[in-house]
Amino acid sequence: MSGPTLLQVSRVTKVFDVSPPWSARVLARQPRLLLHAVDDVSFAIRRGETLGLVGESGCGKSTVARLIVGLYRLSSGTITYDGLDVGALAKGRGPRSLRRKLQMIFQDPYASLNPRWRVADIVAEPIRAQRLLRGNRSIRARVDALLTQVGLAAADGQKYPHQFSGGQRQRISIARALASEPEFLVCDEPTSALDVSVQAQVLNLMRDLQRQLGLTYLFISHNLAVVHHVADRVGVMYLGRIVELAGKATLFTRPRHPYTRMLLDAIPDLAMTGKSRVPVAGEVPNPLSPPSGCTFHPRCPYANDRCRTEVPALKRAPGDEGAADDIVACHAVEESRLDVTPRVVRMAEET
Amino acid sequence: MSANRVAVALRQSWDSDLAYSFRHSPYAMAAAVVFLLCVGSSTFAPWVAPHNPFDLGQLDLSNSLKPPMWLQGGEPAFPLGTDDQGRDILSTILFGARISLAVGICSVLFSMVLGVGLGLLAGYVGGKTDAFIMRVADVQLSFPAILIALLIDGVARALLPRAHESLAFYVLVLSIGVSGWVQYARTVRGSTLVEKNKEYVQAARLFGIHPLAIMARHVLPNVLGPVLVIGTIHIATAIITEATLSFLGVGVPPTQPSLGTLIRIGNDFLFSGEWWVTLFPGIALVVMVLAINLLGDWLRDALNPRLRT
Repeated sequence: MSGPTLLQVSRVTKVFDVSPPWSARVLARQPRLLLHAVDDVSFAIRRGETLGLVGESGCGKSTVARLIVGLYRLSSGTITYDGLDVGALAKGRGPRSLRRKLQMIFQDPYASLNPRWRVADIVAEPIRAQRLLRGNRSIRARVDALLTQVGLAAADGQKYPHQFSGGQRQRISIARALASEPEFLVCDEPTSALDVSVQAQVLNLMRDLQRQLGLTYLFISHNLAVVHHVADRVGVMYLGRIVELAGKATLFTRPRHPYTRMLLDAIPDLAMTGKSRVPVAGEVPNPLSPPSGCTFHPRCPYANDRCRTEVPALKRAPGDEGAADDIVACHAVEESRLDVTPRVVRMAEET
Repeated sequence: MSANRVAVALRQSWDSDLAYSFRHSPYAMAAAVVFLLCVGSSTFAPWVAPHNPFDLGQLDLSNSLKPPMWLQGGEPAFPLGTDDQGRDILSTILFGARISLAVGICSVLFSMVLGVGLGLLAGYVGGKTDAFIMRVADVQLSFPAILIALLIDGVARALLPRAHESLAFYVLVLSIGVSGWVQYARTVRGSTLVEKNKEYVQAARLFGIHPLAIMARHVLPNVLGPVLVIGTIHIATAIITEATLSFLGVGVPPTQPSLGTLIRIGNDFLFSGEWWVTLFPGIALVVMVLAINLLGDWLRDALNPRLRT
């Protein structure tokens, strides 16, 4: 199912300057405030696969998404797509073909469609902007085909976004993203604003489109059940870093990083109704002043002095006979201080 | 086919929230009727007015300072009396309101284009451009609008001593327009800051659309609501500013009197007992401004989603 590497993210860092205005800062003698939203993140996505990216709010998932499509400029590191530099896109340069191939589906279907535009114009926007088709007749035919492809009626093009439900709007959003015939779609929590019943429909649509069009997805979510449904491999992010990256089967049956385990233990489960679940202990630290060493150590039951001082690197776990790209950043795993017994994880299978 | 489409559009606008709110607001309907009367009678002043006060051939000094028709010495030919040059007050009001309205509407349009453009630019581009435009706005806000208008008018007079008379209208529009853009710029900048972070703007950036096109086609239609409200109320303010300037003698020339000029001319006769020369233009000004303000108030409430019941 998966081919050669399509998207390569190498040691990418994004720093936001969140300092107060210069005059206020000088008067109060404060230093600059820098927020490391994404810190030294590397991963690769192969053609045709889906990489899921999970983590709590504010861990930098959405920043990674916006860096990949060129909405933000990189602070350091490189992102290449099929050998082409994506970083140039954010500076308004870069090949037009790259713009076409990389598209994004946004989180909030109520904010991602301009309320004053008709749906047909919204879907046609990338076609017109990239001058992919000429003539209103051929553009309209293409828009009708796209709307039909995502399960809407061609006549819906004459309506305005507010006449649709959240799920339908997300279908419009998908149709717009498909309009420029992309190869790679970044999906930034595309279902988190939807009802559970509608989530399944949208996820199935996305999976069908992937099969039909040979799409590659980066699928960002805070919902592990959704990621389990769509992803081939899963990366877990914590405070701007990837702490574990593994195939779906490995991650859900033999999670290594203590944070991944906490997330899995916190999933609501029908079979456990009535019993109290283990919540993820503690709170996410302030990203403006992240903890030293492993940023997870204040919440980690296995933390020792080494964890408090030394940043763990992403490595293969010892005694791991799995695929070469199952990696984890944890001293306790490296020192075999954690048990690695397989666990039973019940997921809402195949909705 | 097209007639059908027009019918559908009419039907839709009749059914819209705004039209519904209008039909249920007696103030708004009364204000609209008064405003339309003002606009209509002044637009068609040459046909509506009983006399042409600017046709020197029709003026007769023996008709000067006649009182209104219902008083002793009044004549039915001059319903509201005449001024010192024998001009019919009703006719001068109609012709004067025409100039006042024209100056008001044109200067508001000018302010709107300037303010919306700069506000959009400041909000969307941000950074130094934003800081510069908004500091200029802050500085300008510390001057009274009338002072800025006086300044521009004075500069124009110094630069164009000969042509000033004929250009007076445009100078007035420019000076009132420039003194009013800040409100639009601030409002639009605020809304733009909200809109530009919405995902539909980011999506447009993703498609490689030029920033100016994004501003014009995506952001602008979504920030125009409050601008309409400010614009309506601003027309009233602009008319008052014009009247004040004309009253001070720096507005339109006396050969083409606006309402403000009429009030000033009449002011000279107030203490000699000819009160009608200044009172009737004053009443006309108050009624017109009040109607516009009531319309603006209604529009503000109707477009405010929090006040919708």
